[in-house]
Amino acid sequence: MHKKMFAQLDEELYIEKMTNGLQVCILPKKDFNKTFATFTTKYGSIDNQFIPLGEEDYIRVPDGVAHFLEHKMFEKEEGDVFQKFSMNGASANAFTSFTRTAYLFSSTSNFEKNLDVLIDFVQAPYFTEETVEKEKGIIGQEITMYDDNADWRLYFGAIENMFKNHPVKVDIAGTVESISEITKDHLYQCYNTFYHPSNMMLFIVGAVDPEEVMNHVRDNQSAKSFEPEETINRRFADEPDTVNRVHHELKMDVQVSKCMVGIKSDAKEISGKELMKKELAVNTALDILFGKTSKHYTSLYDEGLIDDHFSYDFTQENNFGFALVGSNTPDPEKLSAQIKEILLNEVQSPSITEDQLQSVKKKNIGGFLRSLNSPEFIANQFTRYAFNDMDLFEAVPVLETLTLDDVHKAFSSLVQEDRITSFYILPKENA
Amino acid sequence: MQLDEMKIRQDGLNIRIIQTKKFKTNQLVLKFKSLLSEEKVTARALLPYVLQSSTEKWPTTALFRSHLDDLYGASASVDVNKKGEYHILTFAVDIANEKYLQDNTPLTEQALNVLNEMVFHPLLEDGAFSRKVVESEKRTLNQKLKAVKDDKMRYASQRLVEEMCSGEAYALHPNGIESELEKITPEKLMEAYQQMISSDEVDLYIVGDIDSGQMEELCKEKFSIASRDNVKAIQKNIAIEDSKKIIEKQQIKQGKLNIGYRSNTFYGDSDYLSMAVMNGILGGFPHSKLFMNVREKESLAYYAASRLESHKGLIVIMSGVEPAKIERAETIIEEQLEAIKNGDISDQELSQTKAVMTNQMLETLDSPRGIIEVLYQGETAGIPVKIQDWFDGIDRVTKEDVTEAAKKLLKDTTYILTAKEVAESA
Repeated sequence: MHKKMFAQLDEELYIEKMTNGLQVCILPKKDFNKTFATFTTKYGSIDNQFIPLGEEDYIRVPDGVAHFLEHKMFEKEEGDVFQKFSMNGASANAFTSFTRTAYLFSSTSNFEKNLDVLIDFVQAPYFTEETVEKEKGIIGQEITMYDDNADWRLYFGAIENMFKNHPVKVDIAGTVESISEITKDHLYQCYNTFYHPSNMMLFIVGAVDPEEVMNHVRDNQSAKSFEPEETINRRFADEPDTVNRVHHELKMDVQVSKCMVGIKSDAKEISGKELMKKELAVNTALDILFGKTSKHYTSLYDEGLIDDHFSYDFTQENNFGFALVGSNTPDPEKLSAQIKEILLNEVQSPSITEDQLQSVKKKNIGGFLRSLNSPEFIANQFTRYAFNDMDLFEAVPVLETLTLDDVHKAFSSLVQEDRITSFYILPKENA
Repeated sequence: MQLDEMKIRQDGLNIRIIQTKKFKTNQLVLKFKSLLSEEKVTARALLPYVLQSSTEKWPTTALFRSHLDDLYGASASVDVNKKGEYHILTFAVDIANEKYLQDNTPLTEQALNVLNEMVFHPLLEDGAFSRKVVESEKRTLNQKLKAVKDDKMRYASQRLVEEMCSGEAYALHPNGIESELEKITPEKLMEAYQQMISSDEVDLYIVGDIDSGQMEELCKEKFSIASRDNVKAIQKNIAIEDSKKIIEKQQIKQGKLNIGYRSNTFYGDSDYLSMAVMNGILGGFPHSKLFMNVREKESLAYYAASRLESHKGLIVIMSGVEPAKIERAETIIEEQLEAIKNGDISDQELSQTKAVMTNQMLETLDSPRGIIEVLYQGETAGIPVKIQDWFDGIDRVTKEDVTEAAKKLLKDTTYILTAKEVAESA
């Protein structure tokens, strides 16, 4: 076990790699009542083509299988795992993203018992044809709920506009049709390939003694046997740098139109510090251009083109990335035209100043401190960063070294006319 | 379990300072409480947004936000909501604790200044708010009111309350009434502002690793709020003769089935915690009867849960169901409540629910905003919260208490939002 100190932040992080390959991190929070733990596999909705463990050829699994698997992990021969957590006063949950599946709980008592429940249920798959069939009804309802959710449709509409082949374009839960093809064999195949301890991270934040908990995890893991660690072979279809389609729109039973502009990142693989720098630089540029202190925000708001739903963000993962800028708006066409103009103008004639950069840095330093109030943030973000070979606690130091030149370079390599797309949600006439 | 809490009453201002080393930022929250009323609700809903958009010192959003960025990204936010029949306007500032910065310039006093400026020093033109700011915030609020209909889950919850509490103040949406919005002028808004400043009940909360004594001095220096009467809503028991059913159709895929019950049990009542445990067993958690039966056993819904409205004496059930299966879901939901009324509660259900509720409360106290909301919950009802009493009270609830609480429930209104064309169920 080794220890990292962050003296200025008054935080300590304990890290150990178990002999089976599992990464375990513990961040003690002295005065907290609760402890929060996440057990995450580097496996999400985009991992739909891979060589199953022990086999030789690539297969393609139905859309939505990672999320389906997440649901089914909770059901065991002896019943529902939620019951066990609530008996120990814990609240549990799980989520599936493009690149990760995470199982988590928080509790204020019986921590080690709950930790065993978490580790043990994720490490003991139990799938039957019958339970798989039953789940199709529940997930089908989850899918239709999202189908009716205009913000979700807007988000995914913009992503589908950007990507032609990359599986990020597929809804995380799949479709009612795609999940109908899922069998228990798919689940075992995916489980065996992606839930090996060496592809996972256990993160614990809260009122714990790190030595004791690390010992506890060691004992838990050494009592189980695992296959030797193997490299996982994933495959992604070739993706052009340009967008799939420049524009698309959808009519729904809504009152207020919505507009989202998407900017697609190139398909070059990226990780570690390079990724961190790119993500921070582009987000800094977006913050300066579209934040509440910017002249663009002021004029868009004064013109009535945006409201407090206005948002912007840039995410970069290993082989895909995108920026999104959007809002509820009475005039999606005008808004998207203005956003595009602001973006392209900034590439043509850079306006960002050193003062603005310093101000964003200051703001983000305070923002990071605020995030450290949240065990959920620490565990989820640290894991996401670690899966991309980055260290969450490096984010502020890297941000502090960003120069105007870094920001401009990252921004202008991202923002190119043929990588920009727009998507609208429009009210149905006589709905 | 105890909070390190200091209470000060200074004329019309209740100050609570909570000292804790848990957090890396300090949180300051100022709350204004008035009775919900049709004539005031819309102007009051607009007020916080106008106030945060332009002050004497920072006449534009851009200037205000630049100042916050320079204070290491202090966050300032406003919020409008209701608790029972109270309309509550919240102004919050969260600021980095300089202990964790390389630059040790004290920040908390600055945060108090921000809060003070935002609430008490609005930008005025000829004795009223700036016309331009008011118009622009009216437009935003109008869009927000319209957009409620676009989030089907929220819309269904709101419609149930509107139907169920029609004629009662609680039916009002805290963000106001669309048709009233256009009538609001800068002058009318000014009247609402003056009324808020002169007659609302005002509470200030400060949570963080701070020197309580020093904070007290600063608060006294920065805020002067004249004495006033307490604001008290009347809680009355409602009898139900016939329950109502409302069905609405839209072009959607998933139906929403929401059912409202009168519990006639209010925060602070002797059976309040029994009712809270009852709600937990019924539908508060993933181990609850609704989730286990409507979702897990019957695969009818993705979500099925119940919620307690503590200051209005309501229990509301919410579920998202395939349109063709709404009737089936209704039956199963009714059966769950009947089961509790008949005492069909296992020891495990009771102990799980208590354990999870206790956990939830402890977790809430791990966030600055959580601490404030827990304390304010009691303050709103005029009953100061003692955390340990809450834990002891939950622990004492018996199966019989839960059954008795369930028997009090009166079904009032069923609200169904369903698809225009219902697909045949497979």
